[in-house]
Amino acid sequence: MLPELGQFALILALLLSGLQAFFGIFGPMFARDRWVAAVTPAVAGQFVMLATSVACLIYSFISNDFSVLYIAENSNSALPLFYRVTAMWGAHEGSLLLWIFILSCWTVAVSIGVSRMPVRFGARVLGVLGVVSFGFLLFTLATSNPFTRLDPPAPDGRDLNPVLQDPALAIHPPILYTGYVGFAVAFAFACAAMLEGRLDQQWARWTRPWTTAAWAFLSCGIALGSWWAYYELGWGGYWFWDPVENASFMPWLVGTALIHSLAVTDKRGLFKSWTLLLAVLAFSLSLLGTFLVRSGVLVSVHSFAADPRRGIFILAFLVIMIGGALTLYAWRAPKLKSQAGFDLSARESFLLFNNILLVIAAATVFAGTMAPLISDSLGLGTLSVGAPYFNPTFMLSMLPLTALVALGVHANWKRGRLSEKQRMLLLTLIASVVLACITVFAIYSHGKILTPVAATLGIWIILTSLVDPIDRIRRNMSLSRSVLGMTVAHIGLGLFVLSLTTVESFTLEHDVSLAKGASTAVGAYEFRFDGVKSIEGPNYQGVGGTVTVTRHGEPLTTLYPEKRQYYVQHTTTTEAAIEMHYGSNVLVALGEDLGAGKWSVRIQVRPLVNFVWLAAFIMAMGGVVALTDRRYRVATTAGAEDTAVTGVTGEHAR
Amino acid sequence: MNRLRFLIPLGVFGLLVIVLAIGIARSPDKGTIVSPLLGKPAPEFSLPNLLDASQTVKSSDLRGRWYVFNVWGTWCFACREEHNTLLEIKHQAVVPLIGMDWKDAENDPLGYLQQSGNPYDVIAADKDGRAAIDWGVYGAPETFLVNDKGIVVYKYVGAMTRQVWEKEFLSRLPPRPESKS
Repeated sequence: MLPELGQFALILALLLSGLQAFFGIFGPMFARDRWVAAVTPAVAGQFVMLATSVACLIYSFISNDFSVLYIAENSNSALPLFYRVTAMWGAHEGSLLLWIFILSCWTVAVSIGVSRMPVRFGARVLGVLGVVSFGFLLFTLATSNPFTRLDPPAPDGRDLNPVLQDPALAIHPPILYTGYVGFAVAFAFACAAMLEGRLDQQWARWTRPWTTAAWAFLSCGIALGSWWAYYELGWGGYWFWDPVENASFMPWLVGTALIHSLAVTDKRGLFKSWTLLLAVLAFSLSLLGTFLVRSGVLVSVHSFAADPRRGIFILAFLVIMIGGALTLYAWRAPKLKSQAGFDLSARESFLLFNNILLVIAAATVFAGTMAPLISDSLGLGTLSVGAPYFNPTFMLSMLPLTALVALGVHANWKRGRLSEKQRMLLLTLIASVVLACITVFAIYSHGKILTPVAATLGIWIILTSLVDPIDRIRRNMSLSRSVLGMTVAHIGLGLFVLSLTTVESFTLEHDVSLAKGASTAVGAYEFRFDGVKSIEGPNYQGVGGTVTVTRHGEPLTTLYPEKRQYYVQHTTTTEAAIEMHYGSNVLVALGEDLGAGKWSVRIQVRPLVNFVWLAAFIMAMGGVVALTDRRYRVATTAGAEDTAVTGVTGEHAR
Repeated sequence: MNRLRFLIPLGVFGLLVIVLAIGIARSPDKGTIVSPLLGKPAPEFSLPNLLDASQTVKSSDLRGRWYVFNVWGTWCFACREEHNTLLEIKHQAVVPLIGMDWKDAENDPLGYLQQSGNPYDVIAADKDGRAAIDWGVYGAPETFLVNDKGIVVYKYVGAMTRQVWEKEFLSRLPPRPESKS
């Protein structure tokens, strides 16, 4: 009965989202206030229905109801309870339901947030979100129903994809989706502004916290996914430029640009049409990411089952949503005039270049992701684009960006006056060069040409970001949460650049074949292979190796890499064993059984790799800190409040 | 002119849609799962005969002739779907049909075959699913075509249909030397 209840709730949610979209868009258009008043109840009702639906699916998973096709294909009675719950989003149908449910959570939050905004504008925002929800619900019910029954029921399920049986991955999709879907809110605000034909600084102030929140979630989600790839896939890397990774990275890049562009629109009333375009673009890339993952157009390790029917549906949806928004943009954006001008060395121009570079970076990633598809579509043969393309092109736009960050945080709004800060900038630069050279040449003793440059830039960002806050604290001046959040995020970026440089320049990697008792040296470490033994888990069997690690002859640790063979899906996964030591990660992964007791073993020593993820989390934390700024809580439409806000703005500008 | 630049995003998006549409149109033939076994020798196995547990079905006994290897289970929905097609195939008697009953010990495969008919020339019982691992079976039903040199020539995932049988299997079989009665 429960699956039917879940499906029924899903159908009701579809109807309610239709009402939400209709009343939300046409209510304000025809000035029908009673229609407008119906929007919020529809949002609430839809949320209840979706929560019911999700609960039904999760309960069916927990109770091993293999009469449901989706559960029979993605769960197993031997699967631990935790993974039976997370298996809900282990494949296409369930993760789509999760996507919609998260959208509904955002919508509820927005419906509470818009109560401080003009009623009609709020209704429009919710209406646009309703359209998104309607499209996805229709897609789910028409092509990917998670509640489809299996008759006769399977005696047992096919098991969850073993690669997904991992705690980090289990919580990764909800966080990533929260970020992805969160850009729908910025998109809805942009569409509502275009429908209304009016966009002011107040609009930017309303949109900013939502965008920052979505961005922070997306940052966490990407970092978590990368971490998962590092130790679960055992490939020894943290980023593979895989289409599915790129699909989440492109919205992140554009979202980062949007955050900065919104700041300009908020503070100075500039970049209006550009901000709108970025808001549309960020969500379009989220949708496109969904399309690429779901349609089977691009083949990737992460891809779900290919189904052209689904692809056609999503494409039609993309045309309606993005095409509609861009048409609206072409019609409305020319009317948005920005009057004020600014100096070349003003903060505005730094942020403009920041935006341009981030969009270029997103465009190069996009080009690399789509190139195989385009080449295939035009019949030019299959083409594979990998790190040799992505790494240099991406760096080309990112290195100047990091230099801009170091300078830009010290530029004032409207008039640059960077010359006043000349001495400080020069001092921090010299300090960074010295520190970078110490790191590169004294600690690690070799490197590539770009290594000292990138290390300098990373350190420089950290140092210059710290100057202003420290100065303020010393003079007992208040430090607003926005500025604090920005500082934290920029320090995160600096740390990210620095750790990335170190990992990329100084990683040692050896693929060796070792017999039992044999050892090999990598860097300062000595690895002795003590053979393998068979192991048995709840739903897998496999072999576990023992590797004893010593450093300069002193025993350090013993590592137990595993290779698991899952019973039901016959998939082999590699569980690399990782030990963190002196800021370095020592990784050992089992390769192939070469016979006669010999195994191929992959050994890596990666300095500072943990800091890559730590830095990403610090960036996300910066976003969270900025969210708590009182401006977002007290900002209202009242004029009196507005002057107070301008006061804060003035303080920023100083 | 100034207004036209706001149309650029829409134009770029239009081009993208065209590319994606072509991508979808070409994607179905990419969707099939390619087995790493293709072009390689079929895995060795030695399993009890489902119909007579005292006998064994060995891969070595099958060498020297073409055969179709079908992995099924009574618990598998799509296997029931393809059952009638398999019975027709048996009736054609062009190639021996070897079944492997996969992880079915708790059910009643014999009762099922008595009720719905037995399309197989011989059935191996893979109780613990180990042989299926060797064959790289992802999910039943899967059907393999093995040639007279013991090489896997083709693999089909999902319920067998008459179209698939004619298009993918019959076309790969060598012309029959003479018709059997």
